[in-house]
Formats: sequence, structure tokens, C-alpha cells
Amino acid sequence: MIGFTAREVVLGGRVVLRGIDFRADAGQLVALCGPNGAGKSTLLRGLAGLLAGSRAPDPRRVAYLPQGARCDWGMTAWEVAALGRIPHGDAAEPPVAHALELCGLGGLQGARVDRMSGGQARRAMLARVFATEPEVFLLDEPTSDLDPAAAHAVMALLRETAHAARRRVVVVVLHALDLALRYADRMVVLEGGQVVADAAPVDALARAAAAFGLPWGVDASPRLLPPSA
Amino acid sequence: MRYRASWALAGSVSVLFVLSLLVGPAGFGVPSLPILTELRLPRALLALLVGGGLGLSGAVLQGALRNPLADPGLLGVSGCAALGAVLAFYWGLAAAFAPALPLAGLAGAGLGCLFLLAFAGRAMSGPALILAGVALSALAAALLALALTLAPNPFALAEITVWLMGGLADRSLLHVAMAAPPMLVGWVVLLRLGPRLDGLALGEEVAASLGVRVAGTLRVAALGVALAVGAGAAVAGGIGFVGLVVPHLLRPLLGERPGGLLVGALLGGAALLLGADLLARLAPLLFGLSQEPPLGVLTALLGAPFLVRIARRVAP
Repeated sequence: MIGFTAREVVLGGRVVLRGIDFRADAGQLVALCGPNGAGKSTLLRGLAGLLAGSRAPDPRRVAYLPQGARCDWGMTAWEVAALGRIPHGDAAEPPVAHALELCGLGGLQGARVDRMSGGQARRAMLARVFATEPEVFLLDEPTSDLDPAAAHAVMALLRETAHAARRRVVVVVLHALDLALRYADRMVVLEGGQVVADAAPVDALARAAAAFGLPWGVDASPRLLPPSA
Repeated sequence: MRYRASWALAGSVSVLFVLSLLVGPAGFGVPSLPILTELRLPRALLALLVGGGLGLSGAVLQGALRNPLADPGLLGVSGCAALGAVLAFYWGLAAAFAPALPLAGLAGAGLGCLFLLAFAGRAMSGPALILAGVALSALAAALLALALTLAPNPFALAEITVWLMGGLADRSLLHVAMAAPPMLVGWVVLLRLGPRLDGLALGEEVAASLGVRVAGTLRVAALGVALAVGAGAAVAGGIGFVGLVVPHLLRPLLGERPGGLLVGALLGGAALLLGADLLARLAPLLFGLSQEPPLGVLTALLGAPFLVRIARRVAP
């Protein structure tokens, strides 16, 4: 479905990725986890064909969401989401409307993204990805800036997207290990530019915790749960 | 709202164009044929072409560089056109052979464009283009200042200074014929950039992931601006501020999507310059000035208050 292979990726004189041979198949929600600077975002950009020397994939098939939610102009949520139709070269409205609905912005189509809350702006950026109707979703921290309920909603949406008809694959960079544990089908742990674990989230979690230098286990603290289905 | 604003812009351009043919020192009303074809038509056509090119270029550059302060003058191509024209003054070419002035301006703009693309290099990005433009402007300004200090006689100096402030008086249809082809090619190049400018709204990386070739887009934008603005500066001198202010004036009416501004900015720039030129023509009659104020001075005088109003509105 999508893959990235590189013996070494050097950025600014520093080896950022080493010995990477990553593939992801349709029907999966894959979480890339690891400490800051481990190379997660670089791997995602490699998949998106944005590294020097990597081949750019068909933009109608592969959509990429970088970190942050910057829009330089006071564009409306509709206008931002409609940018997702650029690869198709059409101005089709149903996919844009559907994408905004999916991302919970159905009632805010005409609102300016630069005047929205951080979480709403982030969802407008995500709606742009959905408007492309891609097969491969490459999302860098899609739940940052979101409140816990919205984060659960977005992760549930991404899981559903990946599983529906097993036609699409979603690769997310995720810092929230609890979200990865609950929603991902597969967890890839990066540390120091190398893949150190690649397994079901339950099995990879110990290695991920070690990469952060944290212990993991079960304690009795209460915590927020996702909305009951 | 958007459609009505576009139609209003097109309407005001037409009205100002006709007014521009009917108003002048020779009186109001339908002029005699020689006055129409030799004085007023070239002037109105140049105002339309130069103003439209400046407005369109400003909108494209602000979109391509994602910088609301971008102005066509930023790229240094109009500075190079001015340098070429000044050198024609300097060596007395302009006095000996009238079309030498716009020709030298065009040559300066063309060379400037080549330098700009060479300076910005292969891996073109927004900041690289801005830096290359600033370097080119500084170079052109320095050489221009040198030419001015070494000017052969004070008479030439005065002539050069007035020309540099920009104006459309005493241009002929020959000027229009020389400047129009490159400017119109520039318009076509720039008007086609709309969707790519939209793609750049979320940054160069997102643009690349949407299939927009960022370096190529910037190069095409620089080329189009050089054609539209360089040729204009070659015949009309340094008219500033139109490219900077017109997109800002239109965003509240037409929305902020960069690609949606292009046609409106072309019309708005043309309307602004037609209006400013009418005012320049009427100023001696209305205010008893001994001669026409330079057009570049008027565009700045008209544009600055608008910009201050916008600055107040966007302040948090």
C-alpha cells in the first residue's frame, strides 16, 4: 500500500533515520511512537515523498497532514477543506461537505480558521485531508490541540476509516500512548532513528515505555474513558 | 457579495477608462482625434496595463510568499528597469532617440529577471526568492545612485528624478505597443497560477504533498511579475504602492483565498491607477499647481491612508 526504505536519512548533517524498511497495508491504523527527535515525523515525510530523493506519490492517493495548524490567510473552514480537491483539479463540493461533517465542523463551514480555537483549526486541517478522499492518510499528531473527547472522536474516526472495506491505511504519529493502545492496530516504536519495535500495541508498549525512559504497568489511578458506544 | 464586488470593480474600471479619455487640460468632453489618439488613449491604456499588472503581481507575490508585505517592487525587477532607463538618460540616448528610454528600461527589466532567477538558485523557496529580490533591489539602487551622482549635468539630473517618480504623461501609442506584449504575457502567466497559490496557503510542505511544484511555482511567479511589472516600469517609471495596497483593499470584499483574488486585484490595480492618473491630470486645474504631480507620489498619497485603516482593523 505504502512504504519507505532508506539505509540512512541525513538532515542538516545529522543521521535522522537509519536502516528503515517500513511498509503499511490497507485496513490498518498504524501508530508511530517514540521520544522527541526519534525520527517519527521524518519517516512520515519520507512516506509522503517530501524528503530529498524520495519519490513523490500520487497526491490523489496519498494525503499528508504536518504538525501544527497554520493557515497564513483568513480563509474559511470550507476554503481550507476545499484545498484537498487540488490534486483532483476539480471543485467537487460533496467530498468537502462530507469531510467537514466527519471532522465535526458541519456548522462552522463559513468561519475563519484563524479565528477558531486551536482544536477547531486542527480539525479543519484534518478535513482538508479527508476532502482528498485518499487511500493513504499520513497524519502527524492529528490529536494535538484537541480536548480529550475530540481526541477520542478523531481516533475513532481514523480507525473506522482504516477498517472500512479494508481499502485505506492510516499512519499517525502519536505521542499519546493511551490513544495508540486503544485505537491502533499496530505500533511502530522509533528510538534514535531506528525502528526498535513493530507489533500490536499491547506487545510493543513495553518497548515504547523504555524508549521514553518510563516504567509501565497497571496502577489504580482513575482516568478518562472514551464515550461509551 | 463576491460576484457583486467583481462586477463593481469591472464597472469602475470601464467608467474610469472612459473618463480618462474625456478629461484633460484641453477641456472636458469628447476631444479632437489627435488629442484622443496621441495623448489620452495611450495614457488611459498604460494606466490600465500598468495598474492591472501591479495589482495582479502584488496579489500573486503575497500569495506565493505567504507574506502580506510582499510588493512587486520587492523583487528588484522594477529597480532594474529604472536603472536601464536612467542609463539611457545618462548617455544621452533618450534625447537622441526617443524609444531608447523604454527599450533600455525593458532591457534592464529582462536582465534583472535573469539575475533574480540565478540569485535564487536551484532550490527555490520563498525566503530564497525574497533575499534574492532584496539583493537585486539593493544592487540596482546602488548603481542608480551612482549614476545620479555622476550625472553629466544638473538638467539631466532633474529629468531623471522626475522620471523616477513615475508618470504617464506624454507617452505615445508606440510606448503602449512596446510594453503591452510582455505585460499581457505576464498577465496570462500570473492568472493561471490561482490553484497553485491556493495550495501554498498551508505552507510549502503541504503544497508539495498536494502535488504543487513549489520551486517551479515561485519561478513562474517571479517570471510573470518581472514581465508584468518590469515592462510597466520601463514605460511609466517607478509607481509604487499599488501592488502592496490593492490586495489588502480587496480581501474584505473578495475573501482571503489567494487564488480568488487575482482577477479582482488586476481590476482593482487598473481602477486605482486610472483614478490616480485622472487626479494627476486634474490637480493643476483643481489645486492651481504649476505642473502635474508625479503619479507615484499620488498612488502613495491615496494608498497610505487605506493601509493605515486596514492596519487598525487587523490589530487585535
